[in-house]
Amino acid sequence: MNEIGLTHILFVSTMLFFIGVYGFLTRKNMITMLMAVELILNSVNINFIAFNKYLYGDKLDGLFFTIFIITIAAAEAAVAIAIIINLYRNLKSIDVDDADIMKF
Amino acid sequence: MSSLNIVLIPLLPLAVFLLLGLFGRKYLSKFAGVIATFSVAVAAFLSLSTAYSYFFITGKTEGVYQKLEVMKFTWLQFAPNISIDMGMLIDPISVMMLVVVTFVSLMVHVFSLGYMKGEARYATYYAYLGLFTFSMLGLVLSTNIFQIYMFWELVGVSSFLLIGYYFEKPSAVAASKKAFIVTRFADLGFLIGILILGFNAETLDFGTLIQRLTDPTSTYLQGSVASSFLGISSLTWGLVMVFLGGAGKSAMFPFHIWLPDAMEGPTPVSALIHAATMVVAGVYLVARLFPVFSFDVAALDVVTYVGAFSAILAAVIACTQTDIKRVLAYSTMSQIGYMMFSLGVSRYGGEHGLGYMASMFHLFTHAFFKSLLFLGAGAVIHMVHSNEMSDMGGLRKSMPITHITFLIACLAIAGVPPFAGFFSKEEILLAAFHSNKLIYVLALFTSGLTAFYMFRLYFSIFWSKETQHTTDAHHDEHDHGEGTLSMKIPLIILGICAISSGFVPIASWITSDGLPLETHIDMAFSVAPVALGLGGILLALFLYKKANPRPDTIATSMGGFYRAAHRKFYMDELYLFITKKIIIKLVGRPAAWIDKNIVDGFMNFIAAVTALFSELIKGLQSGKLQQYAAYYFAGVLCFVLLFIYLWH
Amino acid sequence: MNASTMVFYILSAVILGGALLSVTAKKIFRAAVFLLFSLIGIAGLYFYLNYEFIAAVQIVVYVGGIVVLIIFSIFLTHESGRDMKEPSMISNLFAVFACCFAAALTYLFIKEEHFNATPNPTLEPSARNIGTQMLDITRYGYILPFEAVSILLLAAMIGCIVIAIKLKPKE
Repeated sequence: MNEIGLTHILFVSTMLFFIGVYGFLTRKNMITMLMAVELILNSVNINFIAFNKYLYGDKLDGLFFTIFIITIAAAEAAVAIAIIINLYRNLKSIDVDDADIMKF
Repeated sequence: MSSLNIVLIPLLPLAVFLLLGLFGRKYLSKFAGVIATFSVAVAAFLSLSTAYSYFFITGKTEGVYQKLEVMKFTWLQFAPNISIDMGMLIDPISVMMLVVVTFVSLMVHVFSLGYMKGEARYATYYAYLGLFTFSMLGLVLSTNIFQIYMFWELVGVSSFLLIGYYFEKPSAVAASKKAFIVTRFADLGFLIGILILGFNAETLDFGTLIQRLTDPTSTYLQGSVASSFLGISSLTWGLVMVFLGGAGKSAMFPFHIWLPDAMEGPTPVSALIHAATMVVAGVYLVARLFPVFSFDVAALDVVTYVGAFSAILAAVIACTQTDIKRVLAYSTMSQIGYMMFSLGVSRYGGEHGLGYMASMFHLFTHAFFKSLLFLGAGAVIHMVHSNEMSDMGGLRKSMPITHITFLIACLAIAGVPPFAGFFSKEEILLAAFHSNKLIYVLALFTSGLTAFYMFRLYFSIFWSKETQHTTDAHHDEHDHGEGTLSMKIPLIILGICAISSGFVPIASWITSDGLPLETHIDMAFSVAPVALGLGGILLALFLYKKANPRPDTIATSMGGFYRAAHRKFYMDELYLFITKKIIIKLVGRPAAWIDKNIVDGFMNFIAAVTALFSELIKGLQSGKLQQYAAYYFAGVLCFVLLFIYLWH
Repeated sequence: MNASTMVFYILSAVILGGALLSVTAKKIFRAAVFLLFSLIGIAGLYFYLNYEFIAAVQIVVYVGGIVVLIIFSIFLTHESGRDMKEPSMISNLFAVFACCFAAALTYLFIKEEHFNATPNPTLEPSARNIGTQMLDITRYGYILPFEAVSILLLAAMIGCIVIAIKLKPKE
């Protein structure tokens, strides 16, 4: 295992992705859930960069996708935090289980 | 005779209806009557000028009055040879009806200025009158059978609206519903008749239809005679069905039950709709299709016997009623019966067409004296505030003009020369005499009865108890006196018409084939009806001139027959029995049961299953975000496993 | 094992360790700090792969922007000092099991797949090349997504303000 190849990086990103999923499924605090989502997005970014680097070195498309994902993630984080703060104002809690009025 | 004038005649009342219907109650309630009256006056003037130019200048070609289509456009084209057109047909009967409708309508408009004064919905009333006048004029001017059907229904609607004008009264609401449902039921027959005739003739246009179904060599006529149902040819079926519609509108037996109840409407409306114009629509319809009817003796026989039976039935019932408007309503029904059987005994062309001419003549004269009777009754009711004969009596001094004009109208309807009714009734009797002796005898008897019950009415209102309303201290502010000038003028004008309209030479204008007809009053023939009429008058004079116990004695001696006639021969009860006991119990109840238990039950079952299932699975939608994420994640994993399984 | 490999393993450890601690930490502020480490590690990975521009963007946007935003929101919601609720046993077990299973599955795929690199000459991911192609209006340019994303950002900004604005009760 002398040369670091694509497989190594994909392994890292896979692990990062499922750590994010785990966090999303188990955390009750909405801000930490948001953090887990950021981890998931970052694992995707790593994938894009890795594929671009190892397989399509003649193009930059993977890189552009990464840039756009980062941009959209920033927007998403901002909106999500605005929603969380608004919920906190109304419910005095940011526990995701308290915000369950949208049900049957 | 410009076509613009003729187009304007129906459009003026329509414009009034729209104007008053939209803005009347808010902005125009003061002037509604004046506006409506003015526009109808213009329409009446245009009608008279149209009639003048048609009968004297443009109508004749080589001595025959032509059917002129003033205006025509195709409205709905269904197939290359079937379309619904809109147009205006000018021929002798439509011109006559134009004059009658606009003139009587004008009189009623003027009368209502006084009669309806102070009503809360004064403008609405005039709007309805405008709608009615428009639809009646559209009806008489129709060029095809479908157009007439549309206006027929419009007339029914406006009649419904006007009968139910006092919708605070439950009886008025019930009466308007009854009138609408009964006539609607009859109109179903009319529609079927239209379909049969239209199917056979492959046209809806009157001119083409008549031409195709009266030419013995045409394949249309042969086809419609050859095909039969229950042993009766389809032509007869079609005509009888059309007549059924006419019978509904014209209150012929057995559809007459709505007419007496329709008297719940304001009295001027009764004069216009339920005496002079709308109820003769059935007669008009038969007259319009008369060439086709004349080819089919069976259908004409139906018309004859229904007409004659209605005439005598109504006359008998009228003798026993105590509500003056109901007496007049039954008298209307009886007179329309006259017109009907007169058409029925007639044949096409020349001397045989006497009955047709007589029927139209009677329609013409009847419109004047019957609307006069109703308006007179309206004036009486306006003063006495009651419809019952027993509340009246001795009114001749307090209402001199009403008294005189009412007397003229009674003489006219009783057939006393030289009043209008005498001439037209004479022609009808003559036509009946020449073709069917049984009908002649019935008609003669009815004419005696007519004289009797009309003068019973007259004496009960204006003579009988001498003291009431003249000397007692009842003169408070509720007493209107005889009514305003606007109520007296129509009475006087109509009174003049009731005297003079008998001299109008209808015979030379309106005949079945368009050729003038020579008529003569046969003095010897006139003796019997006039004598019977005078006998009826004398009998009424003897019984009702002064309040006395003789009528009651006679009524009790008649026993069951009197009671039956008083209860209108239990026709209403019979209808109720049929609808309630038979239709509702045997058809309605089972249908309702099926609807409730099987149709609804099936739907309820589906709904219950859905509700049960949703109860089971609704826990999945908990509102917990992470549960959803877990489901989603598990689902994705399942798909991944599925794809692996499929691909490897 | 040469230096390059060493660096990769260290970076991977930082990334995964930071992430793992971030999703399991008891205190929310600590979770945020571990997230910071993880993100810095990812930026380092980009450096390691010679994508300097992306690495810089990662640091500027994620480390400098989003994490700071998250920390602010933590302060705004007064959650920093408290211990967070423990996840329930069942959901924890389910999540661990599912994630391990799915990760193993994915890894299996990655191992079996044979990737073929393109034979074309590589394009340097320099800032000049990135800028040229991103704002290019010819066939492979990204000017349209660029504009779309800029509108999206504007919309998100307005949306945040609208959502988070505190309406004073009307007098």
